[in-house]
Amino acid sequence: MTDSYDEEEYWTDLLRVTGGQTDEHLARIAIRSTPESMVWMKRQGARFQPALGGTLHLGRTNAFFLGGGKALMNAYYQAACRRGIQILYNAEVMALAMRGGKFESATALVNGVPAELRAKAVVFASGGFEANIEWLKEAWGEAAENFLIRGTPFNTGRVLKLLLDGGAEQVGDPKQCHAVAIDARAPKFDGGIVTRLDCLPLGIVVNREGVRFYDEGEDLWPKRYAIWGRLVAEQPGQIAWSIIDSKVTGRFIPSVFPAIRANSIRELAVELGLPANQVESTVQHFNASVRAGNFDHNVLDDCRTEGLTPPKSHWAQAIDTPPFLAYPLRPGITFTYLSVQVRESARMVMQEGKLSPNMFAAGELMAGNILGKGYLAGFGMTIGTVYGRIAGKGAARVADGSAG
Amino acid sequence: MSQTDPLVEGDRLMTICNSCRYCEGFCAVFPAMERRLQFSEADLNYLANLCHNCSECFYACQYAPPHEFAVNVPKVLAEIRVKSYEKYSWPVFIRGAWVFSALAIVFTALALVLTPRTSGGDFYAAVPHGVMVGIFGAMGLLVLIAWGIGLARFWTEDRTGRWLRFSEFSKALKDVLTLANLSSHGAGCTYPNERHSQARRVFHHFAFYGFLLCFASTSVAAAYDNFFGWKAPYAYLSLPVVLGTLGGIGIIVGPLGLLALRMRRDGRIVDPAQDGMDLSFIGLLLASGITGLALLALRGTAAMSSLLAIHLAVVLALFVTLPFGKFVHGIYRSAALLRNASEQRDSDQRKNSREG
Repeated sequence: MTDSYDEEEYWTDLLRVTGGQTDEHLARIAIRSTPESMVWMKRQGARFQPALGGTLHLGRTNAFFLGGGKALMNAYYQAACRRGIQILYNAEVMALAMRGGKFESATALVNGVPAELRAKAVVFASGGFEANIEWLKEAWGEAAENFLIRGTPFNTGRVLKLLLDGGAEQVGDPKQCHAVAIDARAPKFDGGIVTRLDCLPLGIVVNREGVRFYDEGEDLWPKRYAIWGRLVAEQPGQIAWSIIDSKVTGRFIPSVFPAIRANSIRELAVELGLPANQVESTVQHFNASVRAGNFDHNVLDDCRTEGLTPPKSHWAQAIDTPPFLAYPLRPGITFTYLSVQVRESARMVMQEGKLSPNMFAAGELMAGNILGKGYLAGFGMTIGTVYGRIAGKGAARVADGSAG
Repeated sequence: MSQTDPLVEGDRLMTICNSCRYCEGFCAVFPAMERRLQFSEADLNYLANLCHNCSECFYACQYAPPHEFAVNVPKVLAEIRVKSYEKYSWPVFIRGAWVFSALAIVFTALALVLTPRTSGGDFYAAVPHGVMVGIFGAMGLLVLIAWGIGLARFWTEDRTGRWLRFSEFSKALKDVLTLANLSSHGAGCTYPNERHSQARRVFHHFAFYGFLLCFASTSVAAAYDNFFGWKAPYAYLSLPVVLGTLGGIGIIVGPLGLLALRMRRDGRIVDPAQDGMDLSFIGLLLASGITGLALLALRGTAAMSSLLAIHLAVVLALFVTLPFGKFVHGIYRSAALLRNASEQRDSDQRKNSREG
């Protein structure tokens, strides 16, 4: 990583993206524990690499796993196996037995066969509910049918629901999630990173009516990419299109799907099935309000629009160089924020604010304590790693009797 | 997947990889991929020969089967690689093991029939010096010509090249000699399974350096004979014998180790159509080493002439197949590493001039 990113700046960034919907104490623990977590991760076999080619503005704030998240998980599983830890694959928790806020056992289907798993302490790290479209619809209505889920189809939130129904205190809004605008041609589930589109700040984004609806150049992309899922979700039909011209091709990581191209804005609009007159007029208005500046994709430059609503605050350049390119956008849900409440020990809070003696939560299941809304690139990993370690240590102490 | 043209599949996979890029730090293939936005046959052949089949990218890939994208880079690049051998190699490339086995058997039979029975360690009484030099000299020339043609075909497929610099040769040579792309920054590659290990690199080093030592031994012996008039057999502690003994051990230990790893390898990342060429090459190396050491051990006995005949026949079979067997992987991979070194320099320069 380049340059330092200290606790205060990190916290200020978090405060801004969450609009204050966070828990400062829990958040600062996550931020402060990042350096030692990196050391611990390396000890477990995790490997890092420099910021990936073509990624923007991430070199200072983000560490990249060599090989990505699955390589990290492989390293963790191998580290667990070396310690003689048994891993049950193809196993799903179906029911929990709790008494007075204390975990007693879980019933799981292991290879389709029910099994009762008893434990002195337990760490729940079962994720959110983003793959459960019915549950998403409770929050979003029919719009949720048009959401794409970036990760596994198995994240149905069954354990989250069991915990909430079993008396765990809830935190967060079911409508809040990490949602980015991804290529609308992505598979329904598990499209992952290759469906991302980083070209939004380089052009304009229009909705089904052919109209712009948000400032594409509001801030550096790592601080803004995660609002675009929600923005697109709020548009009619939950769809939008990023339109760029050939001046900016090669300035962003290519998407796995080819751009839709045409030699004029009108032809492009027809190709996309959008009202051609409106799209043409949107582009004309936009081009007319662009004020000349020194275009620099790497900083908040002075290329902006004047007298345009909504404005484009940075990287505004006339869209005038054919061929013109477009990518269709849909909301891509990365993870949901509805969580069980925890304290700094990662111990779960039960009804009436009572701490569970032996139930801990980590990862997405408790990320909503810190992320009430918004997102900072990489923060999910930070929360997962830091509170995973805290929860693991706490559960181990309960299990070996060294903690109450 | 096997029905699709590997080049079409390679293009599909590289497009997916190029929009992910998380494997960037593993090896030379992914940065080379990122220097391209489209993947022509020449590009894919180059990337395929740059790939050392370490398979880290397969185990790290979130799009590997059972994901619907079914990304399997090492396997598809292996399929493209062997097709590229067929395209470049002159006069032919042969995948199957039968030609190699047949050559070895025929040569051995001929050699045994033609070689008079002698003993006492005088090799040239069994096989005259002129015959040895004549056969191997002529074969050596043909091998060099065939390699040259193959290399030229590889190099000219991509016409964007320029004159190379010395630093690029030395970078590529270092990559070849250290197998840097099988080391994964010191962790080792994921072969024969998903755990990191240096085993494949170490055994390949045994085979590679063993081969070089054997070659050095023969060259030194030729120099002794031609320039100094010192006739074989040489003493056990003489330079040719020491080099040959170490080399022989190398081409026994290396291939045996690689065979043992092969038996435990993950079938998902390999192209089974290459088994013939792999096994015949490994087999001929191993046979050369074993017959060579046996000859050394028993050169004073009555078995000498027969052993010499067998050894020379096996080495000749190995020699003859160098241009159209598995050995060519070294030629094209070295050339790909050289092109990579040159491309890397160009893109570093572009980056520096942008920043400066």
